[in-house]
Amino acid sequence: MGCAAPVIPPPTGRGRARVPGPRERAGDAFFRRALAVAASLILLVALALAWQLASASRQTWTSLGPAFLWRTGWNPVDDSFGALPFLYGTAVTSALAMLIALPLGVGSAIFLTELAPRRAAQALSFAVELLAAVPSVILGLMGVFLLVPAVRAVEPPLSRALGFLPLFRGAPYGVGLLSAGLILAVMILPYITAISREVLLTVPRPLKEGMHALGATRWEVVRGVCLPYARTGIAGAAFLALGRALGETMAVTMVIGNAPTISASLFSPAYTMSAVIANELAEAAGDAHLSALIAVGLTLFALTVVINGLARLLIYRLENRS
Amino acid sequence: MNPIMNQDPAAPSSTPAPAPPPRAAAKPVALSVRDLRAGYAGGAAVLKGVSLDISERRVTAIIGPSGCGKSTLIRCLNRLHEALPGAFCDGQIMLGGRSVLDWDPVLLRREVGMVFQRPNPFPTMNIFDNVAAGLTLNGERDRAKIAERVESSLRRAALWDEVKDKLKSPGTGLSGGQQQRLCIARALAVEPRVLLMDEPCSALDPVATARIEELLLEIKETLTVVIVTHNMQQAARVSEYTAFMLSGELVEFGPTQGLFTKPADKRTEDYVTGRFG
Ligand SMILES: Nc1ncnc2c1ncn2[C@@H]1O[C@H](COP(=O)(O)OP(=O)(O)O)[C@@H](O)[C@H]1O
Ligand SMILES: [Mg+2]
Repeated sequence: MGCAAPVIPPPTGRGRARVPGPRERAGDAFFRRALAVAASLILLVALALAWQLASASRQTWTSLGPAFLWRTGWNPVDDSFGALPFLYGTAVTSALAMLIALPLGVGSAIFLTELAPRRAAQALSFAVELLAAVPSVILGLMGVFLLVPAVRAVEPPLSRALGFLPLFRGAPYGVGLLSAGLILAVMILPYITAISREVLLTVPRPLKEGMHALGATRWEVVRGVCLPYARTGIAGAAFLALGRALGETMAVTMVIGNAPTISASLFSPAYTMSAVIANELAEAAGDAHLSALIAVGLTLFALTVVINGLARLLIYRLENRS
Repeated sequence: MNPIMNQDPAAPSSTPAPAPPPRAAAKPVALSVRDLRAGYAGGAAVLKGVSLDISERRVTAIIGPSGCGKSTLIRCLNRLHEALPGAFCDGQIMLGGRSVLDWDPVLLRREVGMVFQRPNPFPTMNIFDNVAAGLTLNGERDRAKIAERVESSLRRAALWDEVKDKLKSPGTGLSGGQQQRLCIARALAVEPRVLLMDEPCSALDPVATARIEELLLEIKETLTVVIVTHNMQQAARVSEYTAFMLSGELVEFGPTQGLFTKPADKRTEDYVTGRFG
């Protein structure tokens, strides 16, 4: 893209200015080509991946067509496959996680940058980054031993209070969409917090002071100046987190119950796309099963590409609006 | 809490114990400053006991070499200084017979507006919303009243004719001088009693500077202006009173005419005649 012309100092009277010699120019050209190859390699890998997934799942697509995406039965024993329960599980758990983690993460970032004393902010920021580094299987263990029992205990009162909504009806298993959504929220929270914090730190002090000088409270400065200024970055953080939530496998598998059903209740066990691939790939019974699992993988791949595209589009729009 | 303490009991320079009584106070006093000391995190005091009275509905200029504490002084007046982590200030500043420390900083800043060195319009707001920002903070919801106040503020800032057809376009699209006048309009819209200006023309070309000086002459009819400037001609043109500061101390303060033509202090004379340093 727009590569600037090298800035060569104009030759001074003595002709001492350095002009790149032929060898240097050859090195430059080599370097440029090497980088171009490296960059196209990335694209090539992505395309090869898509092609591989598509060809390995051809059996499913030829026998079922796009109907695979909205069929509900998943029974490898009688070769009946439909991806809808996994799409549903992935969508609901990710949405739930975003609903919880986005306000919490942005709120924490505001607290860390605008309100917390500097010492406390440093310590907390460190803790947030530590949380991001916890392996997901460890979080899954925490989910199994702490979260699931807690959710099981909370579900009956929740059901009594909000049971008029189908979302909060049903037997309290503990494992299910609610637990999976919560554990995903814990996993993406540090991303949203850490990135939002970085972005909020870039809000220029003169802008904040300009708002303060008008007699704004701290909250009004955050709302009037900081958040609008940082919205693009925060949107980026949200989509990055969503991408992670969609693909997260281990911790979700451990707490979601792994049942390919669709239920309006957040209490019921479910399954996600990544979880079913991880659980069944190793023991896939036959070609049809294997092909169906890879078809699920291709769907997930396509979904993340679309989400990323939407993220780019959104960020592009936001950037052009201001 | 507000860090109001002096961390520097033994300031390097020996200030005369009782602050010299300020001499310029013919008019009613808008702001009175007594023995103001202030500084930044981990450093010695930058202001070493400054006292002066700012007359109501007059322009008071603060001049002095870079780094002498002019910005620090006026940022104490609207308590923006103490918002910096670790910054401290003590002494007394009275606004309308009340110490500014007794004011809620939010309310104080609605009485004491500020224009900064670099124009800082809010980049995510259009021209109209920039001017209306302070009003909506005040809880004004009446659209017609806001529109009226936006127009009158832009007129007072001599910007209305240039922007009246593009109120919905971003404020950052204006020229530097227009942006600064937009910031003046934004400050005026809140109807402050005092307007603090920290080198408002230092980032502007001579034409834009002249426009701002013109509008200063108009707005001082109704409000008190404190303007920091490194430009002595500007101080001479726009102000009735001038304060000369040097390394955190107020060296001389009096009617502008006298200070420039018959400075009482040798250091003032050296500075205004350009023989400084
Ligand atoms: N944010 C800050 N942190 C630490 N020191 C500062 C800060 N701002 C200003 N200072 C110091 O305070 C002194 C006075 O600064 P300032 O009031 O900005 O001077 P002026 O406006 O007269 O140029 C300078 O020596 C400067 O280095
Ligand atoms: Mg300054």
